Amino acid sequence: MNPRLKSILAKTAVAAVVYVGVLLLVQVGIIDAYLQATMVTICVNIILAVSLNLVTGFTGQFSLGHAGFMAIGAYSTALITMSMPTVLGFILGLLVGAILAALVGFLIGLPTLRLRGDYLAIATLGMAEIIRVLLLNFEFSNGAAGLSGIPQFVNWNWLFVLTAGTIVLISNFLNSRHGRDCIAVREDEIAAESIGVRSTQAKTLAFSVGAFFGAIAGGVYASYFYFIKPDLFGFMQSINILVIVVLGGLGSISGSIIAAILLAVVSTLLQPFPEIRMILYSLVLVVLMVFRPQGIMGSRELSLSLFSKLLPGRRQTRTKVTAEDAA
Amino acid sequence: MEQFLQQVVNGLSIGSIYALIALGYTMVYGIIQLINFAHGDVYMVGAYVGYASMSFLGLDFFTSLLVAMAACTVLGVIIERVAYKPLRNSTRIAVLITAIGVSLLLEYTMMYFVGPEHRAYPALPGFMSHTFHFGEVVITMLQIMIVTISIVLMIVLQFIVRRTRLGKAMRAVSQDRDAAQLMGISVDNTISFTFALGSALAGAAGVLVGVYYNSVNPLMGILPGLKAFVAAVLGGIGLIPGALLGGYVIGATETFVASIGFSMLRDAVVFALLIIVLIFKPSGLLGKNVREKV
Repeated sequence: MNPRLKSILAKTAVAAVVYVGVLLLVQVGIIDAYLQATMVTICVNIILAVSLNLVTGFTGQFSLGHAGFMAIGAYSTALITMSMPTVLGFILGLLVGAILAALVGFLIGLPTLRLRGDYLAIATLGMAEIIRVLLLNFEFSNGAAGLSGIPQFVNWNWLFVLTAGTIVLISNFLNSRHGRDCIAVREDEIAAESIGVRSTQAKTLAFSVGAFFGAIAGGVYASYFYFIKPDLFGFMQSINILVIVVLGGLGSISGSIIAAILLAVVSTLLQPFPEIRMILYSLVLVVLMVFRPQGIMGSRELSLSLFSKLLPGRRQTRTKVTAEDAA
Repeated sequence: MEQFLQQVVNGLSIGSIYALIALGYTMVYGIIQLINFAHGDVYMVGAYVGYASMSFLGLDFFTSLLVAMAACTVLGVIIERVAYKPLRNSTRIAVLITAIGVSLLLEYTMMYFVGPEHRAYPALPGFMSHTFHFGEVVITMLQIMIVTISIVLMIVLQFIVRRTRLGKAMRAVSQDRDAAQLMGISVDNTISFTFALGSALAGAAGVLVGVYYNSVNPLMGILPGLKAFVAAVLGGIGLIPGALLGGYVIGATETFVASIGFSMLRDAVVFALLIIVLIFKPSGLLGKNVREKV
């Protein structure tokens, strides 16, 4: 069988197992309301991390403002579903939020993506802070008190479709011509430009696509947790997303997914010790970065070939070869 | 007019504090290209040390200022040695995440020990709460002292950087680390010294803010830290005069926006100003454009 088809089949199988597995566990009652909330957090974080990874990991543009896009999505979805509490309203809210965020990403990205490295980071951080302060002051967003009583439409089906959809769309984008442009820009912007890659276009595209999916995550968050306020989308949230991306490995989609799940598990385990939770979390962060600065996965992906390498049969042949080499 | 002068005075005092914090950011950035997110929390620790030495040890204001500066110097060097030095050759994003980790660690360790509540600074000696009236303009002794102390510290810093051997080493390392090492400069010690200087200034800023706003809490370092970093970028990061200019511009903008009745929006205005400056002059107000070499 051709390896590409094999890999697609394997991924579809994993997705199907996850979907049916969770569905069964919910039916049986093993996943209770608390675990469901954790699950939603994991999925929201996966969408956020994968979309930020596109910008930071694959295009090499260091953004510290992802929470700003999340806020746009969350408020759009909340406001539209509150005035139109149907499934159609939910879809409309998600779309409006995502398109609005992509537009803001485009408008902010076009001038600021010319900036390199840390300057871009600080400009995007500024953008997210501006969005937060505006939400604190606008009439429609109800200021610091935030919006509550948002109708809940997110269930496991929606969650699965949106999360898996984001992962599939972003990995397909990365395999497309435009995605390869982005990776070329990360590797060496000047070299990429000299072979005809329009680097500003590639960066702006990646930034807008990242913003689009960031807003979807915000919409899912708003629609599941009933309640949003501007402070949820502050500097710390942007940092949290970045931490997931870096812990998983810059330029590794499966790394982002693993790190999102891992962090949620760690934070659930630490729930009984609220006063030392953040201390331990920050210690883990520092220790991990000191000893494994490339993140859990580096820039590799979890794939069939990686698994087959781990199988014992292969390893034996490998050692035999090295033995022969030595001889 | 009086209204305007009053805002100038307020802007100067808050701007001095931003400038003091921004100096630490800009020096560290100049020497190892790291946005040291933990810097804002060093400033918070300085505020607490000042608080402790004033209210528990009963020391006077100036001694407490020195104690806080000394404590922050030690803290800054420890942070650099333990968290940043092992990452000298890693990617910048890994160092940045470490800096964020250190920042969270300082915040929540402090919160664990002192509790999350705001604390009021102890009352100051009589002469410091004295006020002067110039027509309608009111200047407190405290504001004069904040500006004076900041300026004195900045002059000392400028002296160290421009006139001493260590300062020369700092400038050399920030220009070209490898060449500096070949000339016999101990790069590690120089970087530690930079952290020590920056952290001492942050400690001083912490105590000054504590007495000025009369309140400290474990998360007080986040927003001033961010704004001081904005100030450093605004003036041109890596440049000491740039940090000063940026600090005063941010202080003035903030007080001005607040005085015309938009105090809720002042953070947004500061960040918008930053984005505009970055778009038109990416290297900051005083920075020179560096041509990229292939």
